[in-house]
This record gives sequence, structure tokens and C-alpha cells, in this order.
Amino acid sequence: MPDPEQTVAAGGANGAGNGAGPQRFFTRFTAAQRYMHGVLFSSFLGLAATGLPMRFSQSFWARKFASAVGGFGAIIFFHKLCALVLTVAFLIHLKDIFTRGIVNREKGIFWGPNSMVANWKDVKDLVGHMRWFVGLGKRPTFGRYAYWEKFDYWAVFWGMIIIGFSGYAMWFAPFFARFLPGWALNAVLVVHSEEGLLAILFIFSIHFVNTHLRPDTFPMDMVVFTGVESEAEFKHKRPEEYDKLVKEGKLESRVGPAPATWWINFARVIGFTAILIGLTLLVLTLSAYFS
Amino acid sequence: MKCVSTIALALGALLFAAAPLRAQGNSDCLACHGDAGMQDASGHSVSVDGHKFDASIHGPLQCKDCHTAIKEYPHPEQKAPVKCETCHADEAAGLVGSVHADGKDHPCTSCHGDAHSIFPKSDPKSAVYPLNVPRTCGQCHGTEGMAKKHGLASVYPLYIDSIHGFALSKEGLLVAANCQTCHGSHHILSHTDPKSATYKVNIPATCGKCHAGIATDYEQGVHGKAIAAGHLDAPVCSDCHNAHAILQPTEAVFRSQSTPICGNCHKEKFSTYRDTFHSQLGSLGGYVETARCWDCHGAHEILPASDPRSPINKANLVKTCGRCHTGANESFVQYQPHANAHNRKLNPALYYIGLFMNLLLVSVLTFFVIHTILWLIRQRLEQVKRKSTEGGKHA
Repeated sequence: MPDPEQTVAAGGANGAGNGAGPQRFFTRFTAAQRYMHGVLFSSFLGLAATGLPMRFSQSFWARKFASAVGGFGAIIFFHKLCALVLTVAFLIHLKDIFTRGIVNREKGIFWGPNSMVANWKDVKDLVGHMRWFVGLGKRPTFGRYAYWEKFDYWAVFWGMIIIGFSGYAMWFAPFFARFLPGWALNAVLVVHSEEGLLAILFIFSIHFVNTHLRPDTFPMDMVVFTGVESEAEFKHKRPEEYDKLVKEGKLESRVGPAPATWWINFARVIGFTAILIGLTLLVLTLSAYFS
Repeated sequence: MKCVSTIALALGALLFAAAPLRAQGNSDCLACHGDAGMQDASGHSVSVDGHKFDASIHGPLQCKDCHTAIKEYPHPEQKAPVKCETCHADEAAGLVGSVHADGKDHPCTSCHGDAHSIFPKSDPKSAVYPLNVPRTCGQCHGTEGMAKKHGLASVYPLYIDSIHGFALSKEGLLVAANCQTCHGSHHILSHTDPKSATYKVNIPATCGKCHAGIATDYEQGVHGKAIAAGHLDAPVCSDCHNAHAILQPTEAVFRSQSTPICGNCHKEKFSTYRDTFHSQLGSLGGYVETARCWDCHGAHEILPASDPRSPINKANLVKTCGRCHTGANESFVQYQPHANAHNRKLNPALYYIGLFMNLLLVSVLTFFVIHTILWLIRQRLEQVKRKSTEGGKHA
């Protein structure tokens, strides 16, 4: 049996199998989920790229950028457009959860090892992981969704509700003023810009590094584009889920198609572009924030 | 000018009576001075174009009327300069005490052009015809040399690109303000002189000569009242609009450069405005506009919020905000366009919300930055360890 970590280090999802027999790939994300991530990050990049110049409108790059694209009229138009796209994506996701969890009574949506909802094991994993960081214990065995992945999910989930609500409150201020007090109209800008800034800083630094740039996945975790990962990767990253599937004899049902080379290359271009845009925005944000 | 026309009239009458004499007198002089190449001992041209002179406003005059020292022929070289004030006494009196009083540096001809081809100011050929005035003044006031010598700005380029300059040079509007409209012509005084038309206190009246409606509004506003009461810190027209580089006030360039002008004095209001959506978007410019100071406060007739006529009086807010925000209601206008999120006493809700958001941002990022850095170090160590044991295996 090949050392799993060796395979991971050798090439990730795209790596040629180095064990005996053909390389097997296992499905982690459905096509719908991958497209959802695509819509999410494209609209998020759009919102960040148009939101930051408004937040830091006194900085030179904000004015340069604004005049290059046609002033704030253009900026706010794209900001609202991306917001609408993201809102639709969010509503589709809510409907999906509702259908799977409430209508079809699918098990494991709201609780259990495959759920996004945090549980006691996540707390233990967080503590155990931190102990492993400083050499005080073994690396915890993670399930389908690790605690930092759940945090990413909920941060985005609540972020969208808070940023979305405050954004629409500003967009349709006279309407919202029918049931919100006047001071709330002042507050929504503070909430919108601070929560937006948090989301931008978090995604472009923490999420990028945790999910893509750390040594285990460097330079990019392709699973969110291809939907599949190699057996070695699966076993190394999520041993608990893997072992459970083996024990229940369901491993075969998760075997997916090997990703096409052209798709991997295409996804790499898209992914690296997104990361590059994100890192550029991060640098500009930090430079404006501390100047 | 009255004097000139009287003389012209008198001479005109004389023309009929003594035409042969006059013609003979001038043609005697032109027999020599009509030669285009004629020069005096020091090499200066002393030639006169008789046709041009005849067409000029001084055409009916005889040479000796101005060149009084020359009485016979042959005549000695003329030393004494021609004295224009002999006829133009009012203008000469105006020049006394003015910035151009020194006749050596500023002879009449420096503005009125060649002495033998002077035209009335209503004639487009005249150097002081309204459309030609800026170019005439610009001969000196459009050069860096002038700026250095007298500590004056080179204002001609500023003026010519201004709304007045455009009206004059592009549209050919005779009523467009030229230099002389504001500064006067002969009795031009420094703007530091309380009698000057461009002295701060006098500027509203100077601009008001044309912009009468605006001047009336201004006088009723807080700034106009302050100036009238002798508070020289209050702004006059030129403080917001500039003196020479005046732009069309509805233009984006003017709109975006002018909020900081109000901010020069209203520092705290400007800083809190900067924190709002109005300012954030407004700073970026473009084809959509957000509220700037005067959109809510008014531009010329600015009144305190306590005045029932003020657009920012409580009773008028729904209407004022509603000009942009269709559907604005009583609750909507509770929005504070100058809220200060750092002031706990004035804006407690905003203060605590801002504090909470900042704490959230700082704590989440701090935790995850530490978490991620430790993770990176640990994972890299594992990788290195793994590689070295592999190396050992294969050795």
C-alpha cells in the first residue's frame, strides 16, 4: 500500500497514480455544488472588486479604478448586479437544503457526520488540531467536513444574510425606512462595510491558505473544480469518512470519473486568476487600511 | 471718454472747414514718415502708416496735436514722450494710485496698442474690444516672468479655460466677464486695497453686477450676512468658485473639487460626511451624482437648520431628501448625514454597532491568522520529515 501522504505530495487530484493498478477517483462534490462555488466566488470577487473602491474611496487606486471603469455609476451597477446573482445563488441553495432536508427528509442534512452543522467532534477536532500544531498530540482524523470548512460555510452563510440585508436596506432605503428606525440607515453602512471587509480579509487570506495554499494542497485544491479526488488524497484528508465508507461497503458507490486534462487546465487558469485577483485586492485593502 | 468724443466731434466739424490744411499738414510729415523703413538715430522705427492712421480714432487729428514739441521743419529729434493725458485727463486721473500707475512700465500703448492705429473699444480691431481684452492683459499676466517679478499668478491660462473664458473665446459673448469687467480698466487696485472691486468684501457686489439674483440670495444667507457684519473668514464668491478658473458649477469636476472647499472651514462636518455613503461614492466621480454639501444646505442662500426656510429644517427634510430619494418619509429623514460613529454620546447605537463589528473582525482574524500560521509550520515540518525518511529508504 503506498504511503498516502507521498501521493498527495506528488500531485494531488491531477497526479498520476503511483501505486499498482489504475488510479481511482472518488466524488466529493456534485456538479451543482461545483457550479454553485463558481457562481459564489465569481460574484464575490465582483462584489469585492467593486465594494473596496467604495469603502476606500479616498485611496488613489480606488479613484484610478473608478475612473477607468466609468465612475461610481459603473461601480455600483456591477456591485448591484453581482449582489443579485449572489442572492439568487443563495436562494437556490436554501431551496436545495429545504427540499433535501424537509421535503425529502434526507438523513444527515441537519445532523451527523455528513452535515454542515457543527457538533461536539468539531470542538474536539479544533482542540486536537491545535495540540498537533504545537506537537502535543496526534493529528485528529477528520470526517467529510472538517471544522474549518464548516466555519467557512457558516461565515459565508451568515455573512450573506447580514451583508445582503444591510445592502438591500441601503439600495431600497426609503422602502426599508417604513419599518426601520432612522438610525438603522446609518448603522447598515457600518455593518455592511465592516462585515464585507471581514469577509474579504478572511476569504483572501485564511480561506485561500487553509484550502488551497497550505503544503498539503499547494498550489490549489482542485476538488472544488473537478468534483473528485484521488483515493490517496481522500484517505489522507478525510480518513474518518473513508473508513466509514469502507466499513459500510459503500466505497464503490462513490467512485467517480477521472477528471479530463483539459478541464483541469481550464480550472487551473480560472482558479489561479481568482486567487490572483483576491491576493491583489487583499494587498490593496491592507495598504488602504493601514495608510 | 466723454472728452474724447467731444474732441472728435469738434475736430470732425473742423474737418469740413479746414480739410485742405489738415491734409496738407499731415502729408508734409508723411512725406518722410510714410517711408516704412524710416528709423531714428537709435534705430527705432519712426515710420507711420498714413492709411491706418486715417482709419484710426485719431485719424482727424494732426501730427502736431500730439507731437507738440515739433513746430517746424526740419525738426530736432523728439525727446519728450507724447502726453495722452492732455486730452484723456479722466483716464490719466484714474491711473494715479492704480497698480499700473508707473507710466514708464505701463505706457497707454501697452494696453491700447500702436499709438498710430488706436480704435474705439467698440471696434473689434481695438486691443481693448471686450473679446480682445484677455489677450491684451495676458501679454503680461499670462507669463511666468510677470509672476516672478511681481509675485502674481499667471492668470490668463486659468481665465481662458474658465466658464467666462469659454463664453468669450468660444461663443464670442460680449457680455461674458473679461478682465476689465471685474478689475476695472484704468483705476485698477490691488485686491488688498479696501477700495478695490476685488477686495474680499466687495467681491459679492462685483460679481453681482452681472449675477444679480445670486448676489441677492447670497446676501440673505449666513455667509453673506457674516461678510456684511465684517467677518472676513466667511467665504465670498471667489472662495468657492475661484477667481479666474471658474467652472460650470453643475460639472462633475467642479462638484467633486468643491466639497473639500467647504471642508476647509467646516472641518468636523466634512470629516463625518466623508464617513457616509454620499461621500464614498461622490469621491469616485462619474456620471451619477450623490449629495454634496450644497445639494442639502443650498449654495448661496445657506440658512441655519433652525430657520424654517432652510432646506435642512426638520419640516423641510422630507422634501429635501426626496429630491433624490423618491419615497423618502419621516423615518427615512431621521438618517444622519453627518453621523459620527466614534462619538458615543451623540450616536450611541452607531458607536456600539461599530465597536462590535470591529471586535468581531479583529478577533476572528487574529484567531485564524495564528491558527493558520501554526498549521503551515507544522505541515511543512511533517513534509520535510517525510522527505528525509524517504531519502533514507532509497539511499
